[in-house]
Amino acid sequence: MYRIDFNKLRFLICDDNPHMRRILRTLLHSFGAREVYESEDGATALEMYTHYVPDIVITDWSMPIFDGLELAQMIRQPESKGNPYAPIIMLTGHSEKRRVTVARDAGVTEFLAKPISAKGLYQRIMNVVANPRPFIKTKTYFGPDRRRNTTNTYIGPERRGSGEVEVLQQPSLLEKARSTI
Amino acid sequence: MAKDKAGTIEVKSFGTHHVITQPNPLRKMLLRVPESDLDDPVGRAEKALAGLSGEFKEWMTIEADRLSAAHAAVMREGFNDKTREELFRAAHDIKGDAATFGYPSAAAAAESLCRIIEHAPDLGAVPQQLIAHHINAVQAIVRNRTKLDTAVVAGVLSKQLRGIADEFLTHANRDRPEHLEAILAPSIAPGE
Repeated sequence: MYRIDFNKLRFLICDDNPHMRRILRTLLHSFGAREVYESEDGATALEMYTHYVPDIVITDWSMPIFDGLELAQMIRQPESKGNPYAPIIMLTGHSEKRRVTVARDAGVTEFLAKPISAKGLYQRIMNVVANPRPFIKTKTYFGPDRRRNTTNTYIGPERRGSGEVEVLQQPSLLEKARSTI
Repeated sequence: MAKDKAGTIEVKSFGTHHVITQPNPLRKMLLRVPESDLDDPVGRAEKALAGLSGEFKEWMTIEADRLSAAHAAVMREGFNDKTREELFRAAHDIKGDAATFGYPSAAAAAESLCRIIEHAPDLGAVPQQLIAHHINAVQAIVRNRTKLDTAVVAGVLSKQLRGIADEFLTHANRDRPEHLEAILAPSIAPGE
């Protein structure tokens, strides 16, 4: 059996609603997290993201200045100085399926519709810690693999072209980002 | 394929895309423990949340008053970008928070209002009473929650509001299939 060592995880939560931030902070601290940074808008969150280099970002969607979707898009910049790979959990009151698709296409790792529950949040965190997906980079997308189904039962159109495989090695951007603070 | 090295990112390049795999930096946060040593973080968090519940009534009152203030601004100034945004944001927050605070019917009424704001082709053409009824319903549900017999009434009220709002939206969007599809699609929000 596995459990998460929360006291080594660094969280950044971003929600313009102070009550929801308090709830999130309470849940994360109860799980055992010690480092929980908070912001109330996307712009501040981006600054804090660069400064604190959190392991996991939990963000609301609707926020002033720029919203959670834009925050995700700005984090998922493959050429950025920061870490573009951090898991992003979008916690939102939007509960329509099309919103999930939009969030997914912005590079969000997990989607959690409100109302929040301790179990739902824990499951999403466990998922990003234990089962990270590879990242895909195309002309129009950079983010976690949007194909969650790993079986060979997919019967839709094949949108990814194949070609000769080229393997490149480069230093871990996460470590590089960490070393700058 | 080159062998993975610790601390390196592996990039496989294909015709139209790259697949990037980095060593899981969070793997070290995952501890293998015997079942007897497993604690219950979810149970602990639920208890902590219950410990906050004494503040929920006050929080909910603040949220409901914010919604009423946003509505008052709409009544004063009409719908413009600012008043629309604030009314939507206030309703959207209640939609997301109210069930956690113990007011699921207020969340349902706020969700119905969000749908009107999001999908009405012309907010100026939405009957003022329809919006006012949603605001009043949220206020009534929040103010009267302590009366046990109001829970059922609150549920019925929010369901009826949703029914009327959906009927209005379905008719108003009869020529806008993308909105109609969104209106009729089931919610993915977890159940109460």
